[in-house]
Amino acid sequence: MCLAIPGKVVDLYREHDVLMGKVDFGGVAKRVCLEHTPEVQPGQYVIVHVGFALQVVDEEEAKQVFSFLEGMNELGELQTDQT
Amino acid sequence: MKYQQEYRDPVAAQKLRQAIAGITTQPWTIMEVCGGQTHSIVKYGIDELLPPKVELVHGPGCPVCVTPLELIDRAIAIAARPEVIFCSFGDMLRVPGSKRDLFDVKAAGGDVRIVYSPLDCLKIAEQNPDRTVVFFAVGFETTSPPNAMAVMQAKRRGIKNFAVLVSHVLVPPAMRAILSSPTNRVQGFLGAGHVCAVMGYEEYEPLAQEFQIPIVVTGFEPLDLLEGIYRCVSMLEAGKVGVENPYARAVRREGNRPARQLVDEVFEVGDRKWRGIGTIPQSGLKLRPEFAEYDAETRFAVSQLEVLESDVCISGLILQGIRKPHECPAFGKTCTPERPLGATMVSSEGACAAYYNYGRYRGTTPVPV
Repeated sequence: MCLAIPGKVVDLYREHDVLMGKVDFGGVAKRVCLEHTPEVQPGQYVIVHVGFALQVVDEEEAKQVFSFLEGMNELGELQTDQT
Repeated sequence: MKYQQEYRDPVAAQKLRQAIAGITTQPWTIMEVCGGQTHSIVKYGIDELLPPKVELVHGPGCPVCVTPLELIDRAIAIAARPEVIFCSFGDMLRVPGSKRDLFDVKAAGGDVRIVYSPLDCLKIAEQNPDRTVVFFAVGFETTSPPNAMAVMQAKRRGIKNFAVLVSHVLVPPAMRAILSSPTNRVQGFLGAGHVCAVMGYEEYEPLAQEFQIPIVVTGFEPLDLLEGIYRCVSMLEAGKVGVENPYARAVRREGNRPARQLVDEVFEVGDRKWRGIGTIPQSGLKLRPEFAEYDAETRFAVSQLEVLESDVCISGLILQGIRKPHECPAFGKTCTPERPLGATMVSSEGACAAYYNYGRYRGTTPVPV
């Protein structure tokens, strides 16, 4: 039940006084409830679980693992030079 | 797809794999709690990429698998009633009850429908005013805000022909139960990333201190899992305890406050029975008294049902990480996804289903470096 996937918010609207959005998942659009991510703007990504956005994707933090790998890369090159 | 594809890069995965091998000096046993993570690990062969000293054991993070047999039988009894439209997520339909499953009820003419979101049930209720829509609200904390929203919306919009059959369980009490067991071998945890997206990870900090273990909040893609394992091994090697969060793109320390507030308004914590494990105190959610009219258990008082577990199925041992699926004598023989003996073979997040579907008939075969 932890399956949640990232999608891009395309537009926002209200239905039954609840914030909803059209969210795009690589070409497939779905209606998603955005009530728990009220500050989200079109263009941002959200993590969606059973038709609800649980959190807005932090784009800065998303790069973290790649900068970590780059750092390791540089370390790797250093070790090859010394052998 | 952005925020998904790039976390499946095989070159980056190899680098993380080498990094893990480079820091591992002694054997470690790490448990991933969440069934979604188990599935991803087996699908991408993450455990087979690890050095043999690092062992991953699978936890009870499959809410379908831990829903008690009595509740499945109750759901079946309710779904069979002619005035009920029974709605559920897909994988609950083939979980075996004592005699049959929800799919059998549907085949016999019962109105059983698969829904994607709990909100879909409200629409069905409005379109069918002469029937009662009952939703099987199964899940961990991740699914609690959507379920709370459905109940709250029903109350606000005056939808009376709607009820929920609640089977909500919580992760930290399960982790505590595993760590407190005298046979526990788990030395570190990969925390359930999407549970933490909702709940945050504040409640894991005292748990980590009490049991002196590392807990690493981990995502679901291959790079997320490898990074989580790397961080966990790193902490274990350094004797470091506490909580770390490499899944920061989806998880903040306080989680999602508005979502948590809504859950608190609709649900309260109570004791829960976990199939295959037993009752874990304060480990589940139930509707607050002010929402009692939406509780399917009281609305459809079903007489005491006699439950019949399979005497061959070892789901309970698998859910606690004590046995692996291929160690079960019935695995792949009398128990397959088409004819499951227990829930761990049926659910898309069950360890047995994962092992079977990805060809793990003989367990883990480490990939040579």
